[in-house]
Order: sequence, then structure tokens, then C-alpha cells
Amino acid sequence: MKYMEPEMVRNKMRFRVQLNKIFQVCFFLATIFGLIVLAVLIVRVLNQGLSYLNMNFLTGKLSTNPDQAGIMGAILGTFWLMAVVVPITTILGVGTAIYNELYAKKGRMQSVIQTNIANLAGVPSIVYGILGMTIFARALNFGSVVLAGGLTMSLLVLPIVIVASQEAIRSVPQHLAEASYGIGATKWQTVKNIILPASLPGILTGSILALSRAIGETAPLVVLGIPALLIPFPSGIFDRFTVLPMQIYYWTIDASLVEEYAYLASATIIVLLVLLFMLNSTAIIIRNKFQQRY
Amino acid sequence: MHSVISVKALNKKIVTSSEKSQQESLIENPIVFETDDLNLWYSDTQALKNIQLPIYEKNVTAIIGPSGCGKSTYLKTLNRMVELVPGVQTSGTIKYRGKNILDKSFKVEELRTQVGMVFQKPNPFPKSIYDNIAYGPKIHGIRNKKILDEIVEQSLRGAYIWDEVKDRLKQNAYGLSGGQQQRLCIARCLAIEPDVILMDEPTSALDPKSTLKVEELIQELKKEYSIVIVTHNMQQAARISDYTAFMLNGELVEFTDTNTLFSMPKDKRTEDYITGRFG
Repeated sequence: MKYMEPEMVRNKMRFRVQLNKIFQVCFFLATIFGLIVLAVLIVRVLNQGLSYLNMNFLTGKLSTNPDQAGIMGAILGTFWLMAVVVPITTILGVGTAIYNELYAKKGRMQSVIQTNIANLAGVPSIVYGILGMTIFARALNFGSVVLAGGLTMSLLVLPIVIVASQEAIRSVPQHLAEASYGIGATKWQTVKNIILPASLPGILTGSILALSRAIGETAPLVVLGIPALLIPFPSGIFDRFTVLPMQIYYWTIDASLVEEYAYLASATIIVLLVLLFMLNSTAIIIRNKFQQRY
Repeated sequence: MHSVISVKALNKKIVTSSEKSQQESLIENPIVFETDDLNLWYSDTQALKNIQLPIYEKNVTAIIGPSGCGKSTYLKTLNRMVELVPGVQTSGTIKYRGKNILDKSFKVEELRTQVGMVFQKPNPFPKSIYDNIAYGPKIHGIRNKKILDEIVEQSLRGAYIWDEVKDRLKQNAYGLSGGQQQRLCIARCLAIEPDVILMDEPTSALDPKSTLKVEELIQELKKEYSIVIVTHNMQQAARISDYTAFMLNGELVEFTDTNTLFSMPKDKRTEDYITGRFG
């Protein structure tokens, strides 16, 4: 057999090597494209907003006068919203994940539930907004308050928390659970003492990432009817509120009326970005620090 | 009455054992587990077929056979660990001290408190050495610190690992060597004061030296516990067990005292296996 003629191989060689180079450049450009867009965005935002970012802006109340406007209300609103979202999503999300992974009988019913949870993660956020408005704001008559917004946001990010927690639980080696069952532990004792501690880093990482999604979401709150301008600060879950992305949204819309509003929006974006950056960093630190070896 | 059988080396056993004493020991020993007509299916595949097997008190029973013969499955049926596999179905009875453990009303947690298990791969919890041992007593409701201390020490002594770890009880168990981890797992099993200890190829992940230590430990443990051990290592079965069961394709081919099985197997298939013609 003599098909690999040195002549033919040598002739083809240059073309093959060049094609490889071309694709390398293509993939590099694809990567750089996203980075450039992001860089332009950040530079522009910093350019516009940095001069407005001062202590008065951070601690002040909302105002129609751009020089006196502050976002304390929106910051407080964001934290109140989180105060509702965090406990609800962790309790319901981790609970659902534990049931699905450890208690539910594997079968048709379970796989239907599983598929639906995964699908829910892909439902557009505005649909959750409509659901939240119908159920929490109208039917339960909460109005556009922190509780209604928080419950809506919880529904939105719950599938993410469930899926992340399930994956974290699944990654706990089976032999650890067996060791616990093997000395007569009940399922709950095994979950509490062995499985949850081992899967906690994964659950926390997923929850924090879900949380940062909730902090940045705007659409559901628009539907819920969060007011454009609100003077009093929220001080409880039954108060009306606004959040950082809502403030960005309204200021950007109104930039056609007052030009400075665009700069205020940029300054708010910086605050929101810093907040999200801190949350994501926390997630990464937790993941790296508690990464377990079994 | 086990003076003859407990001799460690196989060839010694054959020389010193007499037919008569073996027959006596078969009759006299009280039975811990009585398996009757046990069948087990993983979904559609039948893994165990009409198993009929007694487990004698304070003896070592070895189960040998080629991979996939159902020996591990049978072992895991004795503490119903096999139920963790989805789609498992059983028929027949396994009586533990007179009560059918396959009965749905038999609480599996209660069974596993009486029937401890040591696994193929050492599987300590990612906790301290102390907490690994105290875990069992704690989940069964012992809170008193003094009593827990006492249990931890006794269990570690019982597994011959106390001297190696007594100065670092608060350190993570993952810092121990593989052999130490396995003896720690045995100590964890002893801490719940079981009646029977099931061992699923407990030395297959260990080096020869650690293996020897575990085997010596098993010889000590059988003074107080009934032990069922699954092993793919025939020499090990011959060295440490009093009774041996040979399984093949889900069936129990032969069960008798270890000396007889290795010196005068009745079944042709047993003979082929122990002489190394297959497996």
C-alpha cells in the first residue's frame, strides 16, 4: 500500500496550515468583538457618569433637578427587594432541589417536572411580570410594593436556583450518602449532615448568580407599575419602591426632555455594575475557597 | 469450637482440619441471617436467583465469585442498601434473627443500625476523625460529650487505629492513608455497636500491608461480630473466613465451611473457579 505520496502530502501541507491560521484569526476576532463592545460601553458610561457620581448622588433623594437628584431610594429599594427574594428563593429553591434529587421517585412524573423547571428558566421575564401583576399586585391586592416585586422576582429566578442546587447536590459523591445510610441515618439526617454541607458552595454560587440576575432585571417591574419618581424611601416590604435598573430606565427615557438625565443614568449604571461585580466576585471566591476534594 | 477453622493459612487448615469438627460447627452455630428463595431484579435483568443461604453468628462468611455474579448485590440486600438503585425488585425472604427484613414494615434504619457496612472504597466523611466516629451515635440520639468521647476511643481501639490517630482526632479524615481510612470506616461502623458487619471487598483498594492489617482486624472482630465479606480474592477468603459461598451468574453454586469448599468442592464449577480455570 502506497497512497501517502510525499509529493501530494507536501503540496497539501501549506494549504492545511494556512487554513488553520485563518480560523485561529476568526475565533480571535469573535472573542475580541464582545470585549470591544463591552469596553466602549464602559468607557462611555464612565465618561458620562463619573462626574455625577458623588456622595450627594449616592445618598440623596430623587429630584427633577438633575443637580440635586440622588439614588438612595433606588439603592434601598434594591436591598429591600433582595430581602424578599433571597429567603424565598433559597428556601423554595433548595427545598425543590432536595426533593427532586433525593426524595422523588424517578419516573415519568419526575421527568415531566424536571423538564418544566428547565423550561421555566427560559420564559421571558416580562411574562413573569404579567403573572406577578395579575396575582400579587391585583388578585392579592398588594399593589406595586416591595413584596409584590420581590415575589415576582423570586418566581423569575427560582428555576435558576433550583437547577444550580440540583447540580450541586448531584455532584456530592454517592459513597458519602451511602456511608451515612449505612449506619442507619434517615434521609433527612443524611441531607442535613452530609449532603447539604458538601453541596453548599455550589448552591451558594448558583444562588448569588441568580440574585445578580434579579438585581439587574427591569421588565417585570415595569409591568408591575413601579412609579417613575418616588420621593419617600421604602422602609418595609409593604412600601412602594423603585430599584436601580428602573431608575436607569426612566432617566434614559426622559433624557430627551432634560439632557443631564442621561448622565444620571450613566452614574446609576456605574453603581449597579459595581454592585453586580461585587456579587459575582463573591460567587467566584466562594466557589474557589470551598471547592471540596472527596 | 473455631480453633481449627481460625487458623490463618489455607494449607495449614487443610492439614489440621478434620471432617468431624467441620460438621459439628455447621450444626451448632446460631443463625443470624436466613435467606430463603431470594430473587432480585434490576429492572428486567435478574441478578439473584433462588438464593438459599444461612449466615452464622460470630463467624466470617466469605462470598466469592467472578465479577457480575451477584455477590455484592446479595451483600447489599442484607442491609437493603440495594434499594438505593432505582427499579430494584425482590421476592423471597431474608430473616434477620427471625424477622423478615424484606417486609415493608421492617424499618430500614433499624436494620442498618444492627447491620453495619464497610464499603469497597474507603468513604470517610469530609469531617474530622472524631466527627466521623461520633456521627453514628449522634444520629441515634447520643448527645453526652463524655459518652461520645468514650465511644470514639473504644471504636478506634476496636479497629486498631487508636494509636495512630489519638493525637490528631480533630484533623480531617482525608489526611489519613487509604488503609487508615478503611480502618476508620470500620471504627465508624463499630461505633453504632452493630450485630453484623457487611464488608464489600474492603481491601480491594488497599496495598498489601494495609490489606494484612484489615485481615488481622477481621480475625479479631469475629469474636464479637458476625461478618459477611465479599471478596474477589480467593486466597483472602481462604485465609480469613470460616464459611465460603461460591456464586455464579446470580446463583449460589456451593456453600459450606471454607476448608471443605477449597479442598473438596462438590460442584465442578466451584472446582474450576478455585483452581483458576475461569473467573
